[in-house]
Amino acid sequence: MHAIELDHVSRIYQKYSGRHRFQTFKSAILKGDLFGSIKADELVSAVSNVSFQVEKGQTFGLIGENGSGKSTILKLVAGIAKPSSGRIAVQGKVSALIELGAGFHPEISGRENVFINGIMLGLTKKEITEKFDEIVRFAELEEFIEAPVKTYSSGMYMRLGFSIAINVNPEVLLIDEVLAVGDASFVPKCLDRIDDFRRRKKTILFVSHDLSTVSKICNRVAWMKNGKVRMLGEPKRVVDAYLQDVNEEQEADFRERKEEVAAAVAAAGQTEKPAAVILTAVAPPVLEEKQAGPASIGASDGSAASAATPTAVTMTTTATQAPEAETGADVVEERREQRWGKREVEIRKVVLRNGKGEDRHVFHPGDGMVIEMDIVAKEPVKDFVFGLGIFNSMGVLCYGTNTNLEEYEPVGLTGAGRVVCRIEKLNLINGTYYLDLAAHKRDGYPYDYHQNMYSFLVSSMIRDEGVVRLPHVWEFSREISVKPPSK
Amino acid sequence: MKLTANLREVYKHRLLIRTLVGRELKARYRGTVLGFLWSFINPLLLMIVYTLVFGLILAPKDPSFESRPMLFALFLFSGILPWTWFISSSLESANVLMINGNLIKKILFPAEILPIVTVTANFVHFLFGLPILIVSLFLFGKPPTVYVFLLPLVIIVQYVFSLGFSFLLSALTVHFRDIKDILGNIMTFWFFATPIVYSYQTGPLSDKPTIRAILGFNPMTHIIEGYHDCFYFGQWLHWKQLGVALLVSLLLFWLGYAVFDRLRDSFPEEV
Repeated sequence: MHAIELDHVSRIYQKYSGRHRFQTFKSAILKGDLFGSIKADELVSAVSNVSFQVEKGQTFGLIGENGSGKSTILKLVAGIAKPSSGRIAVQGKVSALIELGAGFHPEISGRENVFINGIMLGLTKKEITEKFDEIVRFAELEEFIEAPVKTYSSGMYMRLGFSIAINVNPEVLLIDEVLAVGDASFVPKCLDRIDDFRRRKKTILFVSHDLSTVSKICNRVAWMKNGKVRMLGEPKRVVDAYLQDVNEEQEADFRERKEEVAAAVAAAGQTEKPAAVILTAVAPPVLEEKQAGPASIGASDGSAASAATPTAVTMTTTATQAPEAETGADVVEERREQRWGKREVEIRKVVLRNGKGEDRHVFHPGDGMVIEMDIVAKEPVKDFVFGLGIFNSMGVLCYGTNTNLEEYEPVGLTGAGRVVCRIEKLNLINGTYYLDLAAHKRDGYPYDYHQNMYSFLVSSMIRDEGVVRLPHVWEFSREISVKPPSK
Repeated sequence: MKLTANLREVYKHRLLIRTLVGRELKARYRGTVLGFLWSFINPLLLMIVYTLVFGLILAPKDPSFESRPMLFALFLFSGILPWTWFISSSLESANVLMINGNLIKKILFPAEILPIVTVTANFVHFLFGLPILIVSLFLFGKPPTVYVFLLPLVIIVQYVFSLGFSFLLSALTVHFRDIKDILGNIMTFWFFATPIVYSYQTGPLSDKPTIRAILGFNPMTHIIEGYHDCFYFGQWLHWKQLGVALLVSLLLFWLGYAVFDRLRDSFPEEV
């Protein structure tokens, strides 16, 4: 039997932009068109033609970007919104964890709010009295239950709301990203409770951006995109397809930025003088925001391979200010993209490829990475070193090396050539990374130093922490029984 | 019929209505020292003000009040109490859907409960004022008669009228926020178009049939007159007028509810 059934459901939201014409009640009356003015004249389709069934006892996940219609579907199933067309059938009592504590009144005590909220969610006074202690215990609010809700922290507020909603004991539970606000000890408790629901064969409709939880607890998953179901089926596959799609979009984003960098590099290459290079829009917004901070002049970076005098000017400073450069250990914010060196050896072009040789900016930790540098030496040189440094978004050097450290003896370099660094496995954790590339002399004199000019993203389902992922395996003796990850 | 089906649905939520009214009343005086006593103190202070102003300062020698200023104060008070119920419900209803937007947007919740709660909570306040009025009537030499027991009839008429008006206001304000601003002025006008500070049945108005006729179109006139009959004059209600007022109230209720129901689906998006 289907617990939830959506049959060609569409929901069209009305935009009342036409109301500019009738800004006031008075003018609407004067125009003699009270209802006409309330009619919408622009329609926005939040959900269009969505059909799916959730069987009783199943946990069904909805994933997708913000604005893809997930929450609208939950509201439709909960009955808060009505479908514009199509049919929705829900069997059994529904409890929606959409907005926790939506009806709390700040001035009155937690105890009274439990009763009021419970009644709003459809419990009777008797049921609430019976479950009251359990609700309070689960929310860990025994000490504060008599205090007015306005004195609660947002976490306490959320815990109480969750605790009431989960105790409504519904047949169908709708969960909308509510676990995102809980603290480290409360979220597992909530997940336990959800597990408990699953064991008791209740139906759950689960909206989340936490893809690993989705693929862990859901029987089936639908991926929503632009109000339509893009894909529906087995969790792992749908999540993977969704990730693929997200990666492709990020990829396109990075590509756009890279083109701007390439244009800037090309433009700079044409000037003879080792003039300042002013680059903008190289890094993703994370870094750009940091740059908006106080104008710092420091171009020296403690972690940079060379102690070169910066001849470049950052985008926030002017040439005259450059000599006042601060020295010493720089703070994270001061890592900005710039380029210096007289370019006796010039890095003309940089391409990042994945293990398959495809031009990429989004990588999986298990992927390999190939960094290709096209270089040109204006005159033959005998002393040269090629180096790279990978920094994470905190400005921490995750890995740095150069040909000198690895004892490649430079012999001679004439004209154009290509240097390739092949990283077999990236082994980095999730996040954005920035790449420094340099050609310099063995004593550190820079030919061409590119700082922070290239970035890439590592995207993975695993939420490990730290700087790098050390290759590892887990082993358990026979007494310890574990379920290995399903993959 | 849809209206009756909806009303049945509302009836199913009577526990919720009761709880929310309780919440309103509790929250209103939360954090005050005297707490619930304020429900009595407010009308008491009001009565004291009238006594001072009309009994000592103005001391009007109106023959229709037997030239006794205190009687005028009592007359005024018996009209002001129900009017306060009406004006508070109306002004609060204009805002109630917006203030509780969270409930409408996030919880499956019949929205008509909100104006009902507003009217009912203010009704309870009105009830708290009644003992003060009755004690005053005894104190100042106009002890209530048996006609006071007709009061529930008048209350019912006003209840229906207030509800209808509140439905209309709350639904329209969602789309026309400026109603809130207009409303204050309308209510002031309405106050003076209702025989509260003057007498409809006696005094100067009794030989001005045109003005009486015009005021007769105001349903609140007959409702307030009902209170005057019960408390002050101690006489039978003006059945015909009150009956018509009831019909008008029912009509307004139906109209208000129809508008509310028609606009209902737009609330979650617009509040």
